[in-house]
Amino acid sequence: MSKGSTIVADGLRKRYGDLWAVDGVSFTVGEGEFFGILGPNGAGKTTTLEIIEGLRKPDEGSVRLFGENPWPRNPKLLPRIGVQLQASSFFEKLTAREQLETFASLYGVSTATAVDMLELVGLSDKANTRENKLSGGQRQRLSIACALAHDPDIVFLDEPTAALDPQARRNLWDVLRAIKARGKTIVYTTHYLDEAEILCDRTAIMDKGKILAMDAPATLVRGLDAPTHVLIERGVLALEEARAIAGVEEAGDDGVSLRLSTRKPAMVLSTLAERGALEGLQVRGATLEDVFLELTGREYRA
Amino acid sequence: MTAFRSLSVAMFKGFFRERVALFFTFLMPLMFLVIFGLIFGSSSSNKTKIDVVGDGPVLTALNNTGIVDFQHVDSFDKAIAAVKNGDVPAAISVQGNKIELRYAASDRVQAGTVQAVISSVVDHVNLAASGKPPAVTLDSQQVEDSSLTAIQFLTPGILSWGLATSAIFGSALTLVNWRKKQVLRRIRLSPVSTGTVISSRLLVTIGTTVLQAILFIAVAMTPVFGLQLAGQWWLALPLLIIGSLSFFSIGVLVGSIAKSEEAATGITNVIVLPMAFLSGTFFPLQNAPQWLQTVSEVLPLRHLNDGMVDVLVRGKGVEALVTPTAVLLAFTVVVAFAASRFFSWEDS
Ligand SMILES: Nc1ncnc2c1ncn2[C@@H]1O[C@H](COP(=O)(O)OP(=O)(O)O)[C@@H](O)[C@H]1O
Ligand SMILES: [Mg+2]
Repeated sequence: MSKGSTIVADGLRKRYGDLWAVDGVSFTVGEGEFFGILGPNGAGKTTTLEIIEGLRKPDEGSVRLFGENPWPRNPKLLPRIGVQLQASSFFEKLTAREQLETFASLYGVSTATAVDMLELVGLSDKANTRENKLSGGQRQRLSIACALAHDPDIVFLDEPTAALDPQARRNLWDVLRAIKARGKTIVYTTHYLDEAEILCDRTAIMDKGKILAMDAPATLVRGLDAPTHVLIERGVLALEEARAIAGVEEAGDDGVSLRLSTRKPAMVLSTLAERGALEGLQVRGATLEDVFLELTGREYRA
Repeated sequence: MTAFRSLSVAMFKGFFRERVALFFTFLMPLMFLVIFGLIFGSSSSNKTKIDVVGDGPVLTALNNTGIVDFQHVDSFDKAIAAVKNGDVPAAISVQGNKIELRYAASDRVQAGTVQAVISSVVDHVNLAASGKPPAVTLDSQQVEDSSLTAIQFLTPGILSWGLATSAIFGSALTLVNWRKKQVLRRIRLSPVSTGTVISSRLLVTIGTTVLQAILFIAVAMTPVFGLQLAGQWWLALPLLIIGSLSFFSIGVLVGSIAKSEEAATGITNVIVLPMAFLSGTFFPLQNAPQWLQTVSEVLPLRHLNDGMVDVLVRGKGVEALVTPTAVLLAFTVVVAFAASRFFSWEDS
């Protein structure tokens, strides 16, 4: 609980019927940090976020947001937080600009910031387009702009990249980085492991209401004693030869390439180089996917 | 811009950019005006048609009453058969001084009218033939403005019904849609108070009501329909506003209970249609049983309707607004309280 802590969540639990949707979640988020909550559907990400935003009351545990309790609805906190709910919430029949201006005025701030946010998310040319005429990616960006319309200190984004095509996802990453560059604290949820690895300063891996691990993505991966996969073109080397290379723990042929698993990649690569067998070389380190597998004993499925 | 203003603007735009809403608000009441105008408007339709055989001074006098319409047939037997069939309520035969009347008891109201009219005409002719001055004279005149035609009664009724429908629909749909699309939750996350959200919707409801009334009355006043307003017609304005308060409270209640737009539409219809008939909006209530009339006394539409008829066409003054205002306000308070019990910012 350092001085710079924006969020301090301690032992949060929330029950729906027989199910503990959130089951003992504790974490802190520092000022200016990009914090990701990563996990499959139903892990309890949305519920956790909504407890911190003050939309839901935890059954147990406590939350401090800027040192204040967000529940019951705390009007002192509201201007400082920006929220994008999981399902985008727009005023019916209004254009992109009108949405932003309306949201800005709910906080009594000038609509100039609002229009500026349209620029930030790259929707200036869609200012006069109605919300229902925007593409999925544009809607998500508008929704983020609406969360930022009153220039909050912290933004909560619930699965902003869900259901987007790869190009739209990448555009959105740029938007998220731009928001971070403005010094805002970001708490966001995702079920994309690769994305969390790329974007977050720190990420909490969540499953079945519990946080399984929490750290910088690189640290999480490094802490995992997982093998590196070295892939080379099939036919360059016989499978038996590959298996015999010092340092190779396992070798397989998937019909396209040979896959060598090793914990000593440097040694294996130099041997391959000596034999001139680097055709089609690919090296894959462990990812958060491996971390998830390690933690839960099951394959990650969003 | 203040939150109140921008929310009102957002709701107003949401409403006016929805074609279906515009249709129900502005065109539907006008369509009803046309339809009901056609049904009640043609003057012959409120005369009673009877079959007639023969001719004479009694028939001439009867014709002059303007209450019955003659249909000449060749034989009385044929005419009686028509009465038995229910084609006409009565048949009359005049042979010199002998007048015969046959009526169908199955249609008591019409038969009663015909009997009364004919016997009074017969008495009158008898009296005139005797040459004596009448012992008692009757001076009868209708109390309403002589310009009173069907349109004068139809306009306030259909208008009140149209206002009720659109005010209830409009406010219920905003609530349901905003809750479903999580806009209400999102508003809840801003420092805006519940009062601001509710009062901005109320402003939009009142605004729509007033616009609707102006358009409707303007169309009804064109020569095609020929509505003529009484002297203090502008008293309708405060009445409309108070009326829209009650319908708004019903709308908020419906919008709090309904989970989907379809449900809101269904519930609104279940409330508005029976209320419209019970309030005498389309047909007068005089013939309804007493208990139904009593029930109608608690309905806001009944009082809006009565008040509107009084100030728009009967030429009554501000005293006519006292009862409607009291009932409408009391109704609003009760329903608004119920709505506040059911209201929620999010589903489940
Ligand atoms: N309002 C609710 N009522 C009942 N169960 C709920 C409710 N909200 C969430 N849940 C359940 O709680 C669990 C966690 O949900 P959620 O927080 O939405 O997970 P995530 O956002 O990670 O997908 C799920 O099993 C979900 O079905
Ligand atoms: Mg979720």
